[in-house]
Amino acid sequence: MSKHHVSTTVNGDPVEFLCDTEQSLLDCLRNELGLTGSKEGCGSGDCGACSVLLDGRLVCSCLVLGVEAGGKTVETIEGMATGEELHPLQQKFLEHAALQCGICTPGILIAAKSLLEKNPNPTETETRYWLAGNLCRCTGYDKIIRAVLDAAAEMRKGA
Amino acid sequence: MRYEAPDTLEAAAQLLASESGEARVLAGGTDLLVQLKAEVISPVLLVDIKKVPETRKITEEDGGFRIGSTVTGAELKEHAKLKAAWPGLVEGANLIGSTQVQGRCTLAGNLCNGSPAADSVPAMIAAGAVATVVGPKGRREVKVEDIMIGPRKLSLEKGEIIASFKLPARAAHASDAYLRFIPRTEMDIAVVGCGVSLTLDGSGTCTDARVGLGAVAARPLLVADAAKALIGTKVDEAALTKLEAAVRAACSPIDDKRGTKEFRIDVAGVLARRTALIALERARKK
Repeated sequence: MSKHHVSTTVNGDPVEFLCDTEQSLLDCLRNELGLTGSKEGCGSGDCGACSVLLDGRLVCSCLVLGVEAGGKTVETIEGMATGEELHPLQQKFLEHAALQCGICTPGILIAAKSLLEKNPNPTETETRYWLAGNLCRCTGYDKIIRAVLDAAAEMRKGA
Repeated sequence: MRYEAPDTLEAAAQLLASESGEARVLAGGTDLLVQLKAEVISPVLLVDIKKVPETRKITEEDGGFRIGSTVTGAELKEHAKLKAAWPGLVEGANLIGSTQVQGRCTLAGNLCNGSPAADSVPAMIAAGAVATVVGPKGRREVKVEDIMIGPRKLSLEKGEIIASFKLPARAAHASDAYLRFIPRTEMDIAVVGCGVSLTLDGSGTCTDARVGLGAVAARPLLVADAAKALIGTKVDEAALTKLEAAVRAACSPIDDKRGTKEFRIDVAGVLARRTALIALERARKK
């Protein structure tokens, strides 16, 4: 069977790829486009390691078909920093040591960015609920939450 | 596996009806893609209905609302008017999965996935939601409680697709609520779920009620006796005691890792009482 020819926008750049119906957006990002920042943890929408923004909406890219991305915009971890300059969330994750093995980190950064776009001043509870779909097996979450809240505070100052 | 994304439901219904192999409707995909990956299902055709404009919107209609079948949980939450009129329904829908899943999941998918524990379904039943279904023979209206008839079993015919759900107009003092019991606070599947919608008159007497239950039988239930326990009362202690008894009498749950039969029956009564009290409080404030 012939492959789907998908035209989409990833991190602001128009891109095209070929895929089979079965291929998830995560698979297409990693294996067709070489964007390996988004990780596959569970492949069933439970862990959030593959989180991306699809038309601005936070989703698990393992639960989206590649073909469904046609005509949409996709934002991944690769688009988060501006050149050499880290996004405030990335900087705060470093400062707070909010990561250990790092597999969950791209998904958590994307999810946290999406939270702060909607709610620049989230409470700790709101932050914990928003990130409930992002599993981290190393850190115990505390440093992650502190990093997100600290980044939010800094971004409010800068705004 | 073929993928089609037509721009009308009539075309989608034809595609599904004329496929001799297994064919599936793709809405949010949050259950479908998991089942595909686990090879629980192996369809030869996926029909994506998200390009059909009528499935993508929430509109006000006859004083109520019509919710398109591919509107996501996140979109429901962001619709202030819908949330004000039907807070319980939106709460139920928002309990499905994580923030990421909310960005994709739909009421129609939650219903058509056919799980007796689906969180939005008891709330939709309590709300009196009616689905508009499009099939090869045309359109028809089906009450939500008549759609899922057993685990993974629907009353829909081959080729039929849910286009939207109609929520009725609300009286002056009316509201709803949904609660579920899970062993933790987030990201879990209901052990019991309960939706209650009620309407009060000017004096605070309940004039109409609907009670939906999930995860306590092979299908989500509309419990008429539970509604009867509330109607004509001030939703006082005597009425709530009757409500608990009626809800427990309607339960025929299974034992599984999430809860025993006895536990589910007991919790169903407790949840129904608590849910009714939340709906009551909200209706009084209107």
